[in-house]
Amino acid sequence: MNTLVVSLRRDLLLAGRRRSEVLTALFFFVVVVSLFPIGIGPEPALLRRIGPGVLWVAALLATLLGLPRLFAADHADGTLEQMALSSQSFALQMVGKVAAHWLLCGLPLVVLAPVLGLQFGLEADQLGILMLSLLIGTPLLSLIGSIGAALTLGVRGGGVLLSLLVLPLFIPALVVGAGSVEAQSAGLGVQGHLSILGAMLVLAAFFAPWATTASLRIAME
Amino acid sequence: MFTATDLACSRGERKLFHGISFALDRSEWLHVKGENGAGKTTMLRTLVGLSPADHGDVRWNGADIREHADDYRRDFVYLGHQAGLKDELTPVENLKLALMLDGFEPSEDMIVDALHRMRLQGREDLPARVLSAGQRRRVLLARLLLRPAKLWVLDEPFNALDVAGIDLLRTMIREHLDAGGIAVLTSHHVMPLEHGREIQL
Repeated sequence: MNTLVVSLRRDLLLAGRRRSEVLTALFFFVVVVSLFPIGIGPEPALLRRIGPGVLWVAALLATLLGLPRLFAADHADGTLEQMALSSQSFALQMVGKVAAHWLLCGLPLVVLAPVLGLQFGLEADQLGILMLSLLIGTPLLSLIGSIGAALTLGVRGGGVLLSLLVLPLFIPALVVGAGSVEAQSAGLGVQGHLSILGAMLVLAAFFAPWATTASLRIAME
Repeated sequence: MFTATDLACSRGERKLFHGISFALDRSEWLHVKGENGAGKTTMLRTLVGLSPADHGDVRWNGADIREHADDYRRDFVYLGHQAGLKDELTPVENLKLALMLDGFEPSEDMIVDALHRMRLQGREDLPARVLSAGQRRRVLLARLLLRPAKLWVLDEPFNALDVAGIDLLRTMIREHLDAGGIAVLTSHHVMPLEHGREIQL
């Protein structure tokens, strides 16, 4: 567990030394989400209808933005190799890195989402469900994304390939996540949606680190 | 006891080397020689388990390194030819984090002492980005002083070092061997050390 915390602190420290990269993803999220109300104009019913979907899609893209650098920098300077040869668990170190990615690229989205949701005229209860679904959903996106980042490590044009690889895998999370807010608006229970999202998170938390470390070891051969 | 039996490696379609065998006992070291592109780095990466061998096996104290990878990793330090440093962090932070990820808890004083021995006084708190290639190499080598290990696997450790740095590293390797350690290294330098073996790839 200590290994995980050290690896997490290391990545947070590194991100603190080059803040621009983290802020870029956040600004991207804010700008993309804000473009929709501006482009569509004052049509409250339509905006309320598309709001949850837009916020979720923007969250997917913002998460994707930080993924290519998740392992690439460590791979380039040889520190990833040192981590793989460490006497401590490589998987735990990578979970620490993914956790840092979520804290920097996922959690801020959850916090910003209700503010941006106001532009779409979402009600307080819908904003609450939106936050909750993103809170469960964004770590799921980081975990799935880490597999893609590991698979495309060291591949030329890896960034584009990564998007093509990872975005389809994000679809289930998108359907259930955005669907939970729709269900709330329609007056249906959201329990089911959130439970499915939670189950996907548990599955990903169990299998993603294993898949990520296996692909990283192959990438380093 | 570190042994390799009938090792063969290739890169893509190209065969790099085959039929490499050696056995190293305590206080012995191995000098891997070869032209550029002969496969020296690949061989060292195979010895630490980063790259798989086409054929043959590597054993540490009689145990296959792939089957007992966790025990093996505790016993060696591998320094590749890459810097292995984060540019944004200072030498002290770099060493501290690298060692903590490796399961060690070095005190700040130990790290500063090691950096002083590597003659990096006054550079402890500068970001690694502003250090010269030789100084970065010295920071990396400071890990040898801080991380207890029975086996050192060093890929071109003398690169970018000045004359004093080369002497210092030779002394460090000699001390390691005198303490019963084992070392495998690639280098174009002549190594005036006893109990050495050579392998020509």
